[in-house]
Amino acid sequence: MNDIKIKNLWKEYGDNIVLENINLDVKAGEFVTLVGASGCGKTTFLKMLLGTEQPTRGELLLNGKPIANEPGADRGIVFQKYSVFSHLNVVENVMLGEELKKSRLLGRCFGKKRQAIRERAVALLEKVGLGHALTKYPSELSGGMQQRLAIAQALIKQPQILLLDEPFGALDPGIRTDMHELILDIWRETHITIFMITHDLSEGFSLGTQLLVFDKQRHDPDQPNRYGASITYDIPVGRSKKQANNDFQDTLMTQQAIHND
Amino acid sequence: MKRLINQRPGTLGKCILGILPFVLIGMVYFYFSSERLAINPNDKLMPSMQSFIDAVSYLAFEPNKRTGDYVLWADTAASLQRLGLGVGISALTGLIIGILVGIIPLVRAGIAPVITIISLVPPLAILPILFIIFGLGELSKVMLIVLGITPFLIRDVQLRVMALPHEIIIKAQTLGANSWQLILRVVLPQVLPKLIDAVRLSLGSAWLFLIAAEAISATEGLGYRIFLVRRYMSMDIILPYVVWITLLAFLMDYLLRRLSKGVFPWHSAEQGESK
Repeated sequence: MNDIKIKNLWKEYGDNIVLENINLDVKAGEFVTLVGASGCGKTTFLKMLLGTEQPTRGELLLNGKPIANEPGADRGIVFQKYSVFSHLNVVENVMLGEELKKSRLLGRCFGKKRQAIRERAVALLEKVGLGHALTKYPSELSGGMQQRLAIAQALIKQPQILLLDEPFGALDPGIRTDMHELILDIWRETHITIFMITHDLSEGFSLGTQLLVFDKQRHDPDQPNRYGASITYDIPVGRSKKQANNDFQDTLMTQQAIHND
Repeated sequence: MKRLINQRPGTLGKCILGILPFVLIGMVYFYFSSERLAINPNDKLMPSMQSFIDAVSYLAFEPNKRTGDYVLWADTAASLQRLGLGVGISALTGLIIGILVGIIPLVRAGIAPVITIISLVPPLAILPILFIIFGLGELSKVMLIVLGITPFLIRDVQLRVMALPHEIIIKAQTLGANSWQLILRVVLPQVLPKLIDAVRLSLGSAWLFLIAAEAISATEGLGYRIFLVRRYMSMDIILPYVVWITLLAFLMDYLLRRLSKGVFPWHSAEQGESK
């Protein structure tokens, strides 16, 4: 299965230690949420899964093999912004992934092949609620619709892992709730492994099955970069364990409040 | 009464305010022209409207006695052909090299320093070299334009490519694109409308190099004609030619802008959103 295993992972930029001694097991099909203060290495961690950053030391294994050191089709991504191609309309954005696979030379399909891909893309778009906007360009879509498009675009490749970098951070609260529903539906249906960074602690609790809290365990006031962050909590969460979660969430929030003071 | 900075002209007001300077310039010119002509009817410096009409109709609508050509149109065709070839070759070269330099770090490391240095060579300074290498024919004039504006276009395209959001390059890779597909399906279409903008900006320089080359060595062309009749102080020809060149330049700019809007509607929408 597509399990992820991380052993003694360190990430340093010269003297600046970002992440230290990360150990983690994630089973296939988990919905992992990543929370923590800004600048504590969540994004760096996600980038290593994505392949745009490499660990300094330690192992990052997917299915027992080191994860590829560049982005690839097995790991989909949705960023907070700029996730879709502004020069393609909605349906073309989703078709692109398949067209690239079917036509290595031109990256563009014609005739029956194209029709088949288009049908798949339209089906996906209807699932994410964009069936009515097939020929619109991204600049004509609202922020929430652009993120829906970005998700559909990533899903057509059927990746093993879906990485979400604060995907709903820029959206209005009401739209955000709709997006939560959508991403949960997709997750239940596809059994895909999801890693999602969020600033919103309650989002982390309510969506995920496994919550990772990133924080620095040691502080050196004279050299703030001397110690990196690690995963201070790795807890199973989810709807079934609601009460326990609420208690823990309160504890965390109090801790963070103390932190920020 | 609103503050001055908050007062905006209406459509009609905009038109009137826009035309006003042209009318004023014309009035000033013809006032001084008639003053001078009143003193000396043979004055060549500021010809009257009638002399312009005579000169233009002679050049545009009567075949030349020696060659049988209509001079203005022959000049225009020759110049536009050189300009079109020069700008076209430059745009294509700028696009290809600019994209490669912008997106492939290995190419950038190898080529970017050379391009920076070449772009600093004043093209007119090497015009004699072009005449020596390519002869006095069409090729050397086209080459001057190419050498003059290609480095700018390459560097502009390169910067545009490097300014593309990092996210879309990564996203394309997670959709399984290899380097070639990424260039073809993402970078190229994203950069094409920006290339048109860059070409519009470089048209002024292209005209400059064209007229410079024609002034030095040509047998026809708009620049050639201006420098030819300068010997006879024929302001009645020079001034209409200058206006004609300006009009052509304006038309090209306008057409390129329309082309960009028509072919890349998403681009103007994006621009409108960000500005």
